[in-house]
Amino acid sequence: MTGWPEILYADLRGAGITQFAYVPDAGHRVLIDSALADPEAYAIPLTTEEEGVAMLAGADLGGSRAVLLMQSSGVGNCINMLSLINGGRFPFLTYVSMRGTFGEGNPWQFPMGQATRKVLEAMGVIVLEADTAEDVAACTKAALTMVFQSEQAVAILLSQRLIGAKAF
Amino acid sequence: MTAFSNRPQTRDSVKIMSRLDLTKRLVAKLHKHEAVIGGIGNTNFDLWASGRRAENFYMLGSMGLAVPIALGLAIAQPERGVIALEGDGSILMQLGSLATVASRAPKNLLIVVMDNGTYQITGGQPTATGLGADIVAIAKGAGLSQAAWAADEGHFEEMADQALAEPGPWLIAVRLDAEKPKIQTTRDPVQIRSHFMRGIGTQPAWGS
Repeated sequence: MTGWPEILYADLRGAGITQFAYVPDAGHRVLIDSALADPEAYAIPLTTEEEGVAMLAGADLGGSRAVLLMQSSGVGNCINMLSLINGGRFPFLTYVSMRGTFGEGNPWQFPMGQATRKVLEAMGVIVLEADTAEDVAACTKAALTMVFQSEQAVAILLSQRLIGAKAF
Repeated sequence: MTAFSNRPQTRDSVKIMSRLDLTKRLVAKLHKHEAVIGGIGNTNFDLWASGRRAENFYMLGSMGLAVPIALGLAIAQPERGVIALEGDGSILMQLGSLATVASRAPKNLLIVVMDNGTYQITGGQPTATGLGADIVAIAKGAGLSQAAWAADEGHFEEMADQALAEPGPWLIAVRLDAEKPKIQTTRDPVQIRSHFMRGIGTQPAWGS
């Protein structure tokens, strides 16, 4: 079956993205597995999302396109590192799988989940939110232009309406 | 031969050297348009003082980002040598990046850790390396088997020659005195990015 994650991977590869830096999350499973299985892409597991912010800048310096895949809790880890992106006007694209929002069953996830958009916007990252499979494709098309043509920083939030709320 | 196996493996056993002198020695060896990513602080200032190479990127933002920037660049440009210069305070902030580099194992990456054991730029407060942490031991534990201390200037040059010629990733750690930089870099991050990218050809020259 071809779902939105498979289409998204094809869209990202079609846009010339070759580096997929990630901290794993169930919401990114298909993207990560696809990158790991792709001989012409690099899947880079990180120890913390902070490294991913810097790696995307390094990829840009080297003329490559990259994306950072993380969970909303990882956004909090990245805050200060986003100074590099904002200050240097680096193109920056991240997909954030949300926790702590629609239907969340783990109370520990709420503080960062509820702050995710505010934190990103406070650091100069433009936030798009995808609630449906159609949203993912539309946001991706828009973001690819904003990031790689206009050198903006864009986060696409994959909402819990889209990926499902976790009971824990 | 296990690379660097004949080099000092502990921090206590090596000579305390000059950051500017070692940086100049390293830069003098860069004949193949190798890219250098300088870490925040005095590491960058002495890189700046070692010559205005077009292929230098000066990371003046958050501590600890020189190594992951260099990793992204090394993956993007596998034919180009990439060098990350990072201070001990900075590398201590992103020790996980050593494990990330080890797991990715880019052949074209050299990390040089400039260890003076202090946060020199904020007044010389001791870092964890000044209190006993050993970056080479940490790097080896993270999986970077080609990691060692430079015993003295001569050893540093030999190690740099090997790292620039043979498959990495490499990590060379050096111990430094308390000498402060004489000059500082330009600051504008957009200009630094653009100058670097034009220098290595990933952004077209102005007007072309």
